[in-house]
Amino acid sequence: MKKINRCNILKNFHQAKWDEPIIFELSKKGERGILVPEIDENIKSLFKLDDILPKNMKRKVLLELPEISQSRVVRHFTRLSQETLGADVNIEIGQGTCTVKYSPKINEVIARSDNMLEIHPLQDDETVQGILEVMYNLDYFMREISGLDQFTFQPSGGSQAVMVMASLVEAYFNEKGEKRDEIITTLYSHPSDAAAPALKGYKIIYIHPDENGYPDYEAFKLAVSEKTAAFFIANPEDTGVYNKRVKEFTKLVHDNGGLCCYDQANANGLLGVTRAKDAGFDMCFFNLHKTFSTPHGCGGPATGATGVTKELIKYLPKPIVSKNEKGFFYLDYDFSSSEYSIEKVRMFNGVAQVALKAYAWIMSLGAEGLYEVAKVAVLNNNYMFKKLMENKWIDAPYIKGKQRIEQVRYTIEKLTNETGVTSGDIQRRMMDFGLHYWTSHHPYYIEEPMTLEPTETPSKEDIDIYIDTLVYVLNEAFENPDFVKSAPHSSVCHQLVEDVLDEPNNWAITWRTYKKQNNL
Amino acid sequence: MKKRGFKDHPYIPNSNIEVQKGMLKEIGLTSLEELHEEIPDDLIFNGEMDIPKAIKSEFALKKHMMNLLNKNKNCNDNLNFLGAGCYQHYVPAVCDEIVNRGEFLTGYGGESYNDFGRFQVFFEYQSLVAELVNMEVVNVPTMDYAQAAATSIRMAYRLTDKRKFLVSEAICPDKFAIINNYCKPHIELIKVKFDLETGLVDLSDLKNKLNNEVAGFYFENPSYFGHIETQGEEISKLVHNNNSELVVGVDPSSLGLLQPPVEYGADIVCGDLQPLGVHMNYGGGQSGFMATHNEERYVMEFPSRLFGMAPTIKEGEYAFGDVAYDRTSFGHHREHAKEYVGTQTGLWGIAAAVYLSLMGPRGMKELGEKIIFNANFAKLELNKVNGINTKLMENMIFKEIIVTFEKTDLTVKEINKKLLKFGMFGGKDLSNEFPMLGKSSLYSFTEVHSEDDIMKLKNALNIVLNESEEV
Repeated sequence: MKKINRCNILKNFHQAKWDEPIIFELSKKGERGILVPEIDENIKSLFKLDDILPKNMKRKVLLELPEISQSRVVRHFTRLSQETLGADVNIEIGQGTCTVKYSPKINEVIARSDNMLEIHPLQDDETVQGILEVMYNLDYFMREISGLDQFTFQPSGGSQAVMVMASLVEAYFNEKGEKRDEIITTLYSHPSDAAAPALKGYKIIYIHPDENGYPDYEAFKLAVSEKTAAFFIANPEDTGVYNKRVKEFTKLVHDNGGLCCYDQANANGLLGVTRAKDAGFDMCFFNLHKTFSTPHGCGGPATGATGVTKELIKYLPKPIVSKNEKGFFYLDYDFSSSEYSIEKVRMFNGVAQVALKAYAWIMSLGAEGLYEVAKVAVLNNNYMFKKLMENKWIDAPYIKGKQRIEQVRYTIEKLTNETGVTSGDIQRRMMDFGLHYWTSHHPYYIEEPMTLEPTETPSKEDIDIYIDTLVYVLNEAFENPDFVKSAPHSSVCHQLVEDVLDEPNNWAITWRTYKKQNNL
Repeated sequence: MKKRGFKDHPYIPNSNIEVQKGMLKEIGLTSLEELHEEIPDDLIFNGEMDIPKAIKSEFALKKHMMNLLNKNKNCNDNLNFLGAGCYQHYVPAVCDEIVNRGEFLTGYGGESYNDFGRFQVFFEYQSLVAELVNMEVVNVPTMDYAQAAATSIRMAYRLTDKRKFLVSEAICPDKFAIINNYCKPHIELIKVKFDLETGLVDLSDLKNKLNNEVAGFYFENPSYFGHIETQGEEISKLVHNNNSELVVGVDPSSLGLLQPPVEYGADIVCGDLQPLGVHMNYGGGQSGFMATHNEERYVMEFPSRLFGMAPTIKEGEYAFGDVAYDRTSFGHHREHAKEYVGTQTGLWGIAAAVYLSLMGPRGMKELGEKIIFNANFAKLELNKVNGINTKLMENMIFKEIIVTFEKTDLTVKEINKKLLKFGMFGGKDLSNEFPMLGKSSLYSFTEVHSEDDIMKLKNALNIVLNESEEV
């Protein structure tokens, strides 16, 4: 066969497009997807449904679920999965701040054991020694990574972990009898670092970046007072800039009697390199679905493992996992008798299968592997940073010529000014090549932002492909802006007309509303 | 001291030394040590983390992990009667197949254009649950039942601008603690008693506690004790006459059989998706849902993402996007948005969508019937055991029953320890949570139980309670 010219840019990509109907449209009266075990004959003969079901509680409204045979259900949802660009099927660099890395398949296989899937959270401790041992050891590993003294796995996501940290702050000051109502965060920390403490009634004070992108220390000095309950910060922030003076920040808060809370949702660049405790933090959390590789699952199940110093253990939600002198693991409700404990934040004992996968991931790496993860994540990012900064359309504000940690928030403002093509347009066009691309949280503090995070799991060639594709798209934006603005061209669908999504009379959050709107 | 890394690790392509050298050279460095230059020396961790050496081969890792997991006993090899919020239902193979698809398992935060399938499946999930609860708006899954209840209560607080909220005492105390922590410091929760004769909401206590400071009332149907609350309409009337919101928690596995709460006046409905095709996972299967009418005042109070249908620029084509995105803390208002939003339990929404599509209306009805027959059979049979009373409170039940031990010196915990020897996980101990119920235990029965299983339990309990030395 004749030699084929290969291009390493995925120009010929096209997203799977099945034109799949909404599930309800597949319904065919009489079809069944699965049968339910029948009621035992003897049991059936003993009761009449009307005698055991209160009359006024018997369902009278029609249940209009679709009726679909099994293979058609499988086909439908498999097709929808194919229209989803999971990390398994793309070079996952474009979802900056999300730390979407490779989730090892073996950990999924392990978690599909009946001894994980089919265990009930209220089983006697002696019947769940395996999972308790995993959680106990994982707690120990987290302490080693952070320098802190005790972790809880109850918070089931990063934002819930921030809420838990704010609850711990609340409990601490309630016990002290101090009324402090301010929490300080920074502009480039995650929005939940502001939103979750606000839920707990705190007034949020933002520290803006100085000319180098560090949180402005002079402004911080003015903000910290006896009203300051706590300081919530990510470091590095979304810009990838590491705040070198972080210890001075935490010291100032402590000198004023406040607590310091570290958002380590993404700790990928720091494993074995630097620790929360050493920077003066009283607590932190790690997202096990990010840094520790358990998959993102289209948005959970997840875990925001939250750790604290000794002094704060008594406020943690219950239970934690402890081990007695005989080596028996148990759910420990008695570690705290404080009436200020926050008691509970999630039903039962956290998302155990996520803890299991994170544990397996750590065991496959050891301390040396964790260090390698951090080094390579930072190497990959700075390699990409260097290459991208050579492009005339790309810039990254702050600390010119210095390294970033695991991600960078760039700007393509120059391109927008020249061509009118926005970062949002580039995002849609990158999809035509089967790649993610992320702008930033709202509001944009950096104009026309682009946030990229390669993690440690793409190869150099993968990163080069991403870079080449991005450069290709930026050049295309200059040469043919209208084509980029009208992207995507190889996706499942074309550009959305989003107005209806903000109009109460037009939005359709469910199929039944859509049907009603259209008299179907 | 130079730290060692782990070269040529299969998960880390660029852990190869030659590749690293090349990349370092490109950025003007000579060693990995020169990375992290922005971290001050006094913050660099020079110690060694006390973490075991890597288990290098996948084979050995699997063996290690399976050895650990084999220390667990599971509900397939044993007979399980624990419920109390996490239930052993049959999970169809198709649910496992779909949630384990790599595209869904590793999907996350893409846009409608590259994650079209994720958007559609969540829209379908919302639509399917909407049929079950007979409402028009359902959010993407939240953390768990407790979180869904807590957010529902906060929504009611914002809607009414009133700071007191009534909660039926017949809920799980852990759930109450979760709600309480989430609502602090803005909302004061006040418990409404249940009638000790019937287990149902004590209407006179409810009436006494309703006043113009009350934002709403929350109760569950079935209640924590498994009772079917039959006074929904009276409760609704009392609550609405007080201009308060009625929030009702519900077990979705009951809704093929039981009236959805909106039929007796619920304004906000919440519950747990775990019964719908999600394995128990030691509690890792919990996943909350919430539903309301399609009224702007309710929709705009949801903190979570809501996916809606939208047209595209191409005639005849549709896609999906975020409805009223700026409500959420991902929007422009950050801490001034509704609560906060983040990663919750998305994958379990997909499981629930697949489950409801498979079950259809007949499956959900038959499921409800199988459960209610089993639970009633168990209630009848266990009551025959000397020393057991299953009729502490007179009313109808769905899938759980209170088993009260009246003539034994054994504690519930001790009884459960003895049942373990029969390969059985006895019910949840209620004696500390609700001392007024005496030595009681909450037993759960679902479609996975057969007549034979229930008779085995009866025999085992009889031996434990009535024979001094069991075999």
